[in-house]
Amino acid sequence: MSATMTSPPRDRAEPRHAAPRRARRALGGRRWRALVGAAYATPTAVVVGLFFLVPLVLVGWMSLHRWPLLGKPTLNLPDNFTGIADDELVESAVWFTLKYTAVMTALLFVVAFGLALLVQHRRRGVGFLRTAFLLPMAVGFASASLLFLGLLSDEIGPVNDLLSWLGLVDGYVSWTSGSPETALGSAVVLVLWRFAGFNMLVLLTGLQAIPPDVYEAARIDGANRWQTFHRITLPLMRPTIALVLTVMSTGSLLAFDQFWILTRGGPDNSTTSLVMVIYREAFVRLDLGSAAGISVALLVVLVVVNVVQFRVLRRRSE
Amino acid sequence: MSGSSTASRWGHHITGTALAILFLSPLLWSGFASLRTDTGFGLENYARLFTSDNGVRPHHVLNSVVVSALTVGATLFVATLGGYAFGRFRFPGRDVLFLLTLAILMVPYATILIALYVLLGWLGLEDSLIGLSLVLTMFQLPFSIFMMRNSFEAVPLELEEAARVDGCDTVGTLVRVMLPAVRPGLITVGLFAFLTSWSEFFAPLILLNSTDTFTTTLAVVNMRTASHGSIDYAALEAGVVFMALPCLVLFAFMQRSYVRGFTSGALKG
Repeated sequence: MSATMTSPPRDRAEPRHAAPRRARRALGGRRWRALVGAAYATPTAVVVGLFFLVPLVLVGWMSLHRWPLLGKPTLNLPDNFTGIADDELVESAVWFTLKYTAVMTALLFVVAFGLALLVQHRRRGVGFLRTAFLLPMAVGFASASLLFLGLLSDEIGPVNDLLSWLGLVDGYVSWTSGSPETALGSAVVLVLWRFAGFNMLVLLTGLQAIPPDVYEAARIDGANRWQTFHRITLPLMRPTIALVLTVMSTGSLLAFDQFWILTRGGPDNSTTSLVMVIYREAFVRLDLGSAAGISVALLVVLVVVNVVQFRVLRRRSE
Repeated sequence: MSGSSTASRWGHHITGTALAILFLSPLLWSGFASLRTDTGFGLENYARLFTSDNGVRPHHVLNSVVVSALTVGATLFVATLGGYAFGRFRFPGRDVLFLLTLAILMVPYATILIALYVLLGWLGLEDSLIGLSLVLTMFQLPFSIFMMRNSFEAVPLELEEAARVDGCDTVGTLVRVMLPAVRPGLITVGLFAFLTSWSEFFAPLILLNSTDTFTTTLAVVNMRTASHGSIDYAALEAGVVFMALPCLVLFAFMQRSYVRGFTSGALKG
């Protein structure tokens, strides 16, 4: 073992009988090595402890208090939580966020899977396609939202002209603020453009982990394309699909940038997401306790959803 | 037989090309829109981006550079040491700490940023670029630690043994032998940390509140949200291009190693 090289000098200074000393030195060496390992892990422990665990406890503590942005907090359990139930904007934001999550996750999954299947095999031009689909990922999400704000605008955007030239729309459509449906649609298209490539990449790693001889065997058995996809690709992809769906639904439940920038939550708060409500409580109404209350509720939902999702998928794969 | 496979190859090519055009066209359009002016083409939109009343100022760009540099540096430092510890050492609390780090993914962002805002105030780091960088580093850790642990685990044990026989202590082994061996992982982690911290919007929005500390992203978005009447869309597109260009260039250069690092490290194990 490596013990002799890394043992502390203290051990060497104590002359003892040879055999026990070797044992002690081996033990001390192992302990020393554990100490060195712990030392290397210390920065991680500090960052995780201070900036993750402490805020996690703090957000729970805050949710029990009336906590103004300036001034002393006072205990007010359970006002922050009963306040959530009474707030009409919270209620509409919950429904909107759930609707958005369902629509977004389904569409993003179908598009990303389609792209992954399209670029699955190495052939001419596939490298270019992968780059084209991945490139939007390099643009920050806030920048991408601004990009689409211009793209869909009537002032400088080409979308309206293009669509009316094709005869698909009649005259001027205000995509991002005209109606709840077009505002939601604008955000969905933006997210598809920005995130399809990333999810394609994750699904691609799952596709490429399937051994080629499984496909070969299916081909020999005379399975057609659909059967191969349905009976082989999908079941073997289950862990990757679970990961991708979890990330997509979590991301959608926490949607903020796209609505804050693209639709401003409108028209008439119809595209106001839950995280936008948290922001409003904290920095517009200056009530950090109420914001913490909604955060805790959202946190519990997220953890429950993730745990259930993992349980279900693990049971199925057994 | 060969007829149908030729047809399917053409179908593949045409679908692929059409989709590639669809995905690339918004990027190309934003470049075009940022350069188009009333009279033709020029840099007037960029000039307005940097001179209009609530436009971008040089110190906003500097703030972004500082935050990105601090985040990339801190992420590489913490993740390298942590990855080495998790990949090569056994110590009490190792598995608990590793799971806690991954749990950051389960408890995302928006839900603890309100508490982080209060906590940074207590630490005297309110409205501070250092505080923001530390928070961004924390959010990078699950991916980065996971990636670096796998990278360190993949280095052959003999390499480390040889260094030890040559008389290196663990620090010497790490610097001289291990770091060169895990370079692809380091590049992926660093690139990811840069892309995220350079473009991040929500965390700076919460944690920074004076225009002196605004990052470029905040300043550009502010041009949209602070204007109640007409929006200067062309200047906004100039801002988009200005923000995206460094990321696109880096991404194009490093895509190969990034994708390889991703597929070999991130999702294995």
